[in-house]
Amino acid sequence: MEQEELRKLEDQCIQEHAPACAAACPIHVDVRAMAAEIARGNLKEASKILKKTVPFPGIVSRVCDAPCEAVCKRREAGTAISIRGLEKACIDWAGDLPQKIAVLPGRNKSVAVVGGGMSGLTAAFDLSKKGYSVVVFEMSGNLGGSLWNFSEEALPRDVIAGDLQALEEIGVEIRLDVTVGADISFGDVCAKYDAVFLAPGSSPRDTFGLKLDAEGGIEVDPVTFATEREGVFAGGGARRGIGERSLIQSISEGRRAAISIDRYLQKVSLSASRIQEGAYTTRLYTSTEGIEPLSTVPMADPQKGYSLEEAVREANRCMRCECLECVKVCGYLHSFKRYPKKYVREIYNNLSIVMGNRTGNKLINSCSLCGLCREVCPEGLHMGTVCKAARAVMVNQGRMPPSPHEFPLRDMDFSNSEKSALTRHQPGMAESAFLFFPGCQLAGSSPEHVRRVYDLLAEKLSGGVGLMLRCCGAPADWSGRAERFQDVLRDFSKQWREMGKPQLILACSTCYEIFKTHLPEAVISSLWEVLDALKLPDAAVRTPAPEIVAVHDACTTRHERHIQESVRRILARLGFKVEELPLSGEKTECCGYGGLMFFANRELAGEVIRRRIQESPVDYVAYCAMCRDYFARMGKRTFHLLDLIFGAPAEVAARRGPGYSSRHENRARLKESLLKDLWGETPDGEDGIEAFRLVVPNDVRPIMEDRLILDDDLRKAIDYAEKTGIKLLNPRTGRILAHFRPTSVTYWVEYSAQGDEFVIHNAYSHRMEIVEDARP
Amino acid sequence: MKERNKHAEPEWICSKCEVPLQKGKVNVAYMQGMFPVDLHKCPACGQVFIPEDLALGKMAQVEKLLEDK
Repeated sequence: MEQEELRKLEDQCIQEHAPACAAACPIHVDVRAMAAEIARGNLKEASKILKKTVPFPGIVSRVCDAPCEAVCKRREAGTAISIRGLEKACIDWAGDLPQKIAVLPGRNKSVAVVGGGMSGLTAAFDLSKKGYSVVVFEMSGNLGGSLWNFSEEALPRDVIAGDLQALEEIGVEIRLDVTVGADISFGDVCAKYDAVFLAPGSSPRDTFGLKLDAEGGIEVDPVTFATEREGVFAGGGARRGIGERSLIQSISEGRRAAISIDRYLQKVSLSASRIQEGAYTTRLYTSTEGIEPLSTVPMADPQKGYSLEEAVREANRCMRCECLECVKVCGYLHSFKRYPKKYVREIYNNLSIVMGNRTGNKLINSCSLCGLCREVCPEGLHMGTVCKAARAVMVNQGRMPPSPHEFPLRDMDFSNSEKSALTRHQPGMAESAFLFFPGCQLAGSSPEHVRRVYDLLAEKLSGGVGLMLRCCGAPADWSGRAERFQDVLRDFSKQWREMGKPQLILACSTCYEIFKTHLPEAVISSLWEVLDALKLPDAAVRTPAPEIVAVHDACTTRHERHIQESVRRILARLGFKVEELPLSGEKTECCGYGGLMFFANRELAGEVIRRRIQESPVDYVAYCAMCRDYFARMGKRTFHLLDLIFGAPAEVAARRGPGYSSRHENRARLKESLLKDLWGETPDGEDGIEAFRLVVPNDVRPIMEDRLILDDDLRKAIDYAEKTGIKLLNPRTGRILAHFRPTSVTYWVEYSAQGDEFVIHNAYSHRMEIVEDARP
Repeated sequence: MKERNKHAEPEWICSKCEVPLQKGKVNVAYMQGMFPVDLHKCPACGQVFIPEDLALGKMAQVEKLLEDK
């Protein structure tokens, strides 16, 4: 991943963007944080947050024109938060003594501020805090400018005096009744001070001979407030027409001019990276769906403002706007406790790290790649794409840990090995118009369904229906093994070509997605579309089963609405009413198998399955063997669509799918029986190792499943031990303990021989290799 | 199984050499790393014993750490 790509991805995640209120506030008061503190009753902290941004909080909290309230998201679920009311509560109830304002050491530079209105005073306040000597020239006898237009009731005079006293405290020199241009010449001011800020109020009497704009105000750069004359800046009411007068806007302009003056005096760029100064519209998205509408908490005494208790209640209405749309629906994104902007940074760092721990490995390998995040993201960010690309990089760097993917990749290899792979034209035919490709998991989970479907298709479709038993290569694709995936695809494609490029009929939607993406020249159909078009099955096959079922759409059909619709039409034809889960169709969830999540992060996969199966109490129908088996394994009654199509009894919804070893066996036996029954072929002689029988007691089987140990692994270990004599013996029990490392995992098996059978008592494994060990 | 693992001396003897196992240094390797570990092994033929709790506990932890290095 390049830096530029990282920035693009980071930019797509808007979680860190400001809430609407703070963005609309020209000085960006952190309203969300302030309200959060008030809601907790922590007025002192809230007051600190307010004062960090607002120069004259007593005044602002009474007479601010509050553009924040106009855009408050609470309006979509009730009425806007009374933000100004909360600000005033901060001042009234924080109970803090006036704090000493921190002032930086003197800088030996002086600034003249012409005009004692809010923009001038804000600039004076900010620049004085930065250590400049500041003199304010005010032509009238009072500071505050247009503040005096407010009634005493709206803005008590002692509040003005109290706030403005801070200016004197930090050393701002105030010269009242001095008119620049009359009492002292503009030229003298410019000569005497290092910088000048002109903020002469809304009805300027003098434009000091500077260049004017179309409205007759002093022309300034809209970002920096610099005038044509070097070192002279202008802002405040002078620049806006009557009617646009805004207290908080004036404060904002004073502050931005102060930033420019500081930069000017430090001789750095005035214009560099001045983004999001002043009011703007945020990109943050916040859903108000499902939020209970609430109206403004009224003030018992509007004169006094909110009581402490009222303020806490009002602050509790604040929704603390944030996005997190993806995190809300995705168990994976939720489980790492942050959000995509942080995740993409972590993934980037993980890929670029040279020394040290790669803490992002688990993050990268846990995603199901299902793409639900992109569906719900207002900006369309797809974490699956990011994770999948990262896996490929890790594989290329030789940095992919072996443990997460090795088992499913071995499973893929088994499916494509001589033991279970099969390609044939329909018996008695030399060509195929169609090729039924059931996929490895249906063959492993329900081989009887494969046979039934094949018989049905061969009967109903003309032109020849071939059969191919294989794995499409999804485990290699998902795990970032590009080369291995290409190998699988090449083998598939070669055989498919040799068969005359028949139309593919796919029972698994992952195969569908893989071939659609990587073999675009193939004509593909989902099995469900084909059965739907054939008006199959006849309603007659319907056996007693629940009236209502909930469909779990496979995540790889997210953008295949036609497949999802076929599934629903088939169910309707069978007489079922379909309940739609809250997340279905294009917003369906992954079952925990996608992207090999289950193997990389089993705990998370369990959580994902738990979430999904709790979405409805009715029986589920899945049309992917893995989805069905995962749900059933966690105790959710789930039918495979083929169970219903072939009229299986209702109790099949509760059956646990076969274990890993049985899946292998099922695939191998399926090949064997089909070859015998349909093509009259006898497979080659049996492998010696498979000849001996293992007895796996019921209490040992789950241990082996949990530890991803296959019967075959144990057979090899026992075979090795018995042939070499390298084994341990427990003289008390007579049991044997043997170990063997076929490739990258060492398997240990505790067993005893009973006649020509071996009874397994325990099995475990590790990846570390014992360097010195007994040799045969 | 669990209970037995708590004992300091394993119940297993080498089946080939018919002698009890003894503690000794054994090198184990993973992800380009090699470490000496104290394990029981046959003093005659060198056959090593790795108990279940070690394989699933400490060893698995170290494997994970090395994978993320």
